[in-house]
Amino acid sequence: MGKLLAIVFIVIAALSVYPIVAHVFTLPEDISTHGHAIDEQIHDTMLEAGISFVGAQIVLAIFVWGFTNRREGSPVRNLPGGATLAVIAAVALVGTEVLALGVVGQRAWARVYFTPAKPDAIPIQAEAEQFAYYFRYPGPDGKFGTIHADKIDEGNQNYFGLDPANEVEARDDIVTGQLVVPVNREVQLLMHAKDVGHSFYVRELRIQQDFVPGLDLAVHFTATKVGKFEIVCTQLCGLGHYNMKAYLNVMSEEDYERWLKEQSGP
Amino acid sequence: MGMKRLVAVGLAVFIAGAAGKAGPPANGAISGKVTYEGTPAKMKPIDMSKEPSCAKMYPTPPFAETVVTGSGDSLENVVVYISAGAPDEPAPSTAAVFNQKGCRYFPHVLAFQVNQELKIQNEDQTTHNIHPLPKINREWNRSQPPGTPPISESYDKAEIFPVKCNVHPWMHGNFVVLKNSHYAVTGDNGAFSLPNLPPGKYTVTAWHEIYGDLTQEITIGGNETKTVTFVFKAKPY
Amino acid sequence: MVEGTVWAVGLFRVRRLVVLRGDTMQQGSAQQTQVHAPPKGFVQKYIFSLDHKVIGKQYFILALVAALTGMVLSWLMRMHMVWPDAKIPLLEMLSKNGAPGGVMTPEYYLSLLTMHGTLMVFFVLTNAPFSAFGNYFLPIQIGAEDMAFPRLNMMSFWTTFAAWVVLMLGFVIPDDPPIAGWTEYAPLSAVGKDAGPGMQWGASLWAVSIALFCVASLLGALNFIATTLDLRTKGMTLMRMPLCTWSWFITSCIALLAFAVLFPACILLMLDRHAGTSFFVPSGLVISDRLQPHSGGSPLLWQHLFWFFGHPEVYIAILPSIGIVSHILINSMRKPLLSAKVVIYSMISIGFLSYMVWGHHMFVSGMNPTSSLAFSLPTLAITIPATVLTLIWLGSLYGSNLQINSPSLFALGFISLFVAGGVSGFFLAQPSIDIYLHGTYFVVGHFHLVMGVASLFGVFAGTYFWFPKMTGRMMSESLGKLHFWITFLGSYCIFMPFHYLGLIGNVRRYQSFVNDYMAPYLGWHKFMTIAALITGAGQFIFLLNLIYSRFKGKLAPENPWNATSLEWSIPSPPPWNNFGGKHPIVYHDPFQYGPKGTKGDFVRQDSEGKDGE
Repeated sequence: MGKLLAIVFIVIAALSVYPIVAHVFTLPEDISTHGHAIDEQIHDTMLEAGISFVGAQIVLAIFVWGFTNRREGSPVRNLPGGATLAVIAAVALVGTEVLALGVVGQRAWARVYFTPAKPDAIPIQAEAEQFAYYFRYPGPDGKFGTIHADKIDEGNQNYFGLDPANEVEARDDIVTGQLVVPVNREVQLLMHAKDVGHSFYVRELRIQQDFVPGLDLAVHFTATKVGKFEIVCTQLCGLGHYNMKAYLNVMSEEDYERWLKEQSGP
Repeated sequence: MGMKRLVAVGLAVFIAGAAGKAGPPANGAISGKVTYEGTPAKMKPIDMSKEPSCAKMYPTPPFAETVVTGSGDSLENVVVYISAGAPDEPAPSTAAVFNQKGCRYFPHVLAFQVNQELKIQNEDQTTHNIHPLPKINREWNRSQPPGTPPISESYDKAEIFPVKCNVHPWMHGNFVVLKNSHYAVTGDNGAFSLPNLPPGKYTVTAWHEIYGDLTQEITIGGNETKTVTFVFKAKPY
Repeated sequence: MVEGTVWAVGLFRVRRLVVLRGDTMQQGSAQQTQVHAPPKGFVQKYIFSLDHKVIGKQYFILALVAALTGMVLSWLMRMHMVWPDAKIPLLEMLSKNGAPGGVMTPEYYLSLLTMHGTLMVFFVLTNAPFSAFGNYFLPIQIGAEDMAFPRLNMMSFWTTFAAWVVLMLGFVIPDDPPIAGWTEYAPLSAVGKDAGPGMQWGASLWAVSIALFCVASLLGALNFIATTLDLRTKGMTLMRMPLCTWSWFITSCIALLAFAVLFPACILLMLDRHAGTSFFVPSGLVISDRLQPHSGGSPLLWQHLFWFFGHPEVYIAILPSIGIVSHILINSMRKPLLSAKVVIYSMISIGFLSYMVWGHHMFVSGMNPTSSLAFSLPTLAITIPATVLTLIWLGSLYGSNLQINSPSLFALGFISLFVAGGVSGFFLAQPSIDIYLHGTYFVVGHFHLVMGVASLFGVFAGTYFWFPKMTGRMMSESLGKLHFWITFLGSYCIFMPFHYLGLIGNVRRYQSFVNDYMAPYLGWHKFMTIAALITGAGQFIFLLNLIYSRFKGKLAPENPWNATSLEWSIPSPPPWNNFGGKHPIVYHDPFQYGPKGTKGDFVRQDSEGKDGE
């Protein structure tokens, strides 16, 4: 049975890497400006993880094959190099590679988190709530009205708790259920959680950021392709979590300006 | 001759007495119209893009229904009911039906009686989570996956409270739980009628989910139909 | 600060002992054992027993029940994911609100998910490899009659049992179990019933249950540490302890600090839920159309407290299995590992590093992005001791005389699974990649393979290995091998696809997949569900084997595996005081395998004479 086990280790290794090597599962297209650095990291890590995984299964298989069912009286001996070899191999092969990945990888991280938004980035506010996203544009006056939690009235479509009766800035705010952005323009997404923790995840944008109640964070991104992409919630937020989504609608600059005008209303 | 008269009088008294036990005839009615003055807020279209199975049912997006106006400045979805002067009545055996269709509630305002069966149906392809928000009645919320049997509930105290869907934030309605059967919900012409009222002094309340309550005292005698108008002050925001 | 000082003193003490290379004969501690009287009557023997062996078996049975429950929950979850409209018979009986007409509601799916995670992480993965086997075998392997504090030990088990009962109550209350996952993030978990079904009482039951579990674990950890340091018999220096004993000792040290942080976190959560405090809830939240009466709290605080426990917890789950597998592998290979000392130091460094990495669960949580980079470095660094262990195991196989039996099959399977699950950690340890993979099936595949399945393989290996000692009968080898094959192949079939699905952005904790981009991948989910059902069914072979062998299995000799450690020097099953009132004297480490001994290719630890004779 030892020989069978050895073969199974090899088969498992082969079957496991096949879907990756054969591109059965591919990363979704990257429509961001920072995403290629992340994709590169994923590919480099996949290579290293793949080699480690397959290598370990193969060594396991070879040794199980070679050292089970041995003849009576075969000598028991130690691997030349012993534990020292193991430690050196661990540090040199895996340790340095993995740490290198980490050091190189911080560049991709820095592109998202340590690079401030451009001064002309379009500010759009995103509010996450159980179980939908709503987005707010400042409107022609360029200013956002204040959020009043006690004025939220969803039946009346006042998701942000705006007070247009008393606040002029709130009167022209545009509230939508879709995140509409112009292509190739940076967007500064101001994130606000209405109730519990949520997350903003767009696979194609290579962006994920939690909404934290009480902490209004921001992420910025630039979409490089026109089209509709799904925004999904990745932070368990209650019973409707699976159905919490919205569409990122990337439009051409002209379409976007036209859309804004339409939303401001007649 | 004396005996016949005695019997006739006795019979007359008996009949009068019997008629008196049935009470005075309940042929009075209060009817009228609910209107508004001023500028009501503009209703915004509902963005259902997050639920494509519902969004595709609407060639143009539907509007929110918190303020629905009709011809002649009339106001729809106003519940007009007798809030004082009529006795409590037991609940009818028919159920009040609340429907979830196209990710909206039908009707937007459902009026029914204390202890009357409330039957909630889901005609959509998506799961709804119906969550009425009473303050004095028992609060519950239940998910209703498509194809599951209707939900049957009831409330044992009179109260007016909102209903929402936990999964689809734009879905809002109202439950108006009343003590008697004298109520009407205005339609697109703002008209209402409360028939079958015995003579008496009544307090009639008109309730709108945004504009609040308006009350009037009406006295009905005999077979009268009194006309009443309620005028709500609309607000632009 | 007091805690820190206690820790510093404790670590220093351990270091001193270790540095003295254990040559110092720990004299006399065995004579200071907390001896208890032999048990009288059914209750003292089998229910409220002070005997560490009975307590170990009680933990094992509790873990078994929890594992079977957790497994059934996972079946229900997986079936619902691929057949969401299915009417599941009997489910409506369990919860009328949760499954009207037998169709599972979204909230009930989350209830089952929460209970699955909680049962598996706490009541299976902490109980089985650590509390069950550790309790049973640690005293015996160091030559002691019982644990240092038998009464505390009994309390530990029954408190764990109470915790389990409180948790399971969630299934019988009308509110149903909580829906916030085993991680119970605030504010979802902290605001009470407005957060959704199951969050009024279910979440409180969860917090009380886990708090009780923490208390029990703290008591257990104290007991293990005291026992290991003080009750070793003559000649049993620290370096002569078997590797599984070391793993239980190191795990106890980790557990002492980890559970000590989770316990107050649960208390703070209960205060927020019921006493009007706001540790985790900021102001201005509107849930279920109600403005929540809280102010000043931080949801991130819960995450920090939880994961400060949560990350060491996953090492608490894996280290005992690492120890058990090493212990069994040496026996199966008929030769020692390349270096036991290196294995011990690797386990210690894993334990130490485990406290420095918790933030990798929070890379995109909104915490300072510089912290994310800081946490990433030790997370990547922990790969090194894990790789050292793997290379030692692999390297030790070379030149061995490897015996294939049920225990060794599971031990070898463990190595394969540990690597498979471990390499996906390379991805998740990097914040830039985590931007893409956080919250997806990639994470779920990673922890199921490396923590769920691998750790469980250590438990299975231990069960097949130690069953003869615990019951006096052998388990059926053929059923054991069948169990191995189904479980090994099945586990890969279930969990490998999780990684691929994660790569395409399949989000986790969804009760069904309504996203446009998921449509092409639903077939994979069906495959995984069927694999899960088959693999799960295979576990009944194990159950059958356990029950049948307990009563009708072949009678076991004292040392059926020709092993060296002290548990194989006493009868199967052992008497109530383990060594019959005598205190064994230890002359060797437990690694004396090879063509040396007079009985064959091994020398038992208590055989007189020098090493190599």
